[in-house]
Amino acid sequence: MQIVGILITGIGVLFLLLGSYGIVRLPDVYNRLQAGTKCTTFGALFTIIGVGIMEPSWFWKTLIIALFILLTNPISNHALGRASRKSGIPLCDRSVVDKASEFEQYKGKV
Amino acid sequence: MADPESTSDNKLRSILYMFLFLYLIWLCLSASLHYQELLAGIFFCLLLTIFLHRQYYSLGLPPLTIKRFVFFIIYLVVLFNEIVRANIDVAYRVIHPKMPIKPGIIVISTKLKQDIAKMILANSITLTPGTFTLDIIEDKFLVHWINVQTEDIEEATRIIGEKFEKYLRVIFE
Repeated sequence: MQIVGILITGIGVLFLLLGSYGIVRLPDVYNRLQAGTKCTTFGALFTIIGVGIMEPSWFWKTLIIALFILLTNPISNHALGRASRKSGIPLCDRSVVDKASEFEQYKGKV
Repeated sequence: MADPESTSDNKLRSILYMFLFLYLIWLCLSASLHYQELLAGIFFCLLLTIFLHRQYYSLGLPPLTIKRFVFFIIYLVVLFNEIVRANIDVAYRVIHPKMPIKPGIIVISTKLKQDIAKMILANSITLTPGTFTLDIIEDKFLVHWINVQTEDIEEATRIIGEKFEKYLRVIFE
């Protein structure tokens, strides 16, 4: 049980490392949000559940923490992305398409 | 929300679900089956349910049936599978020396009607491979995609949204 817990926590830590590496490497704020939030969700989930497996009396509590991370993380991600777009932060040079202006048209049509 | 079913029946049901949900969280948090813990849990969950069931009811959740419950479980499995793939995919793009990303902002559409269903779909999209929802206007979602495969609305909807939407449509309709 101890070893399984250590393995799962290890996977989580690895993904946290990759997530922070992605934040340093990727070009603009939107791509950084992708790396930052996704890898850290996965990393945090695995780290917390791994700790729960190592310490069986905490397991159900860690499960609740994991559930709340899953519920709240996409909302914070969305809020950060939306705020960046509203304040006019441009996409990086490697972007292939930007349909934001087309999207604005739907506002009137409803 | 105008509901064809009798309102008091729905209200009673929503109270029951909220109570069961809160009690499940209580059981997880206390992690003990001592009778004092169980009784205190029932007391506090009832108290919260009585005060908060109006907000829960205004979410417009559909009445629970076996079919919806089964599809919800399938949906959770599909979602977890997508989260795992999302993370491996994004991690691969980050550590690859050339960084094979093709970021862009595209529009997808949805057939879902209820706000709560749209919210669940948007949050699921945020958790799938390299996509996250920037904004919603009525039935159109503005999505940032780390590896744009198509610019067409229908095609993008099929790739990004359809795998979740088919379950959500069964759950909410």
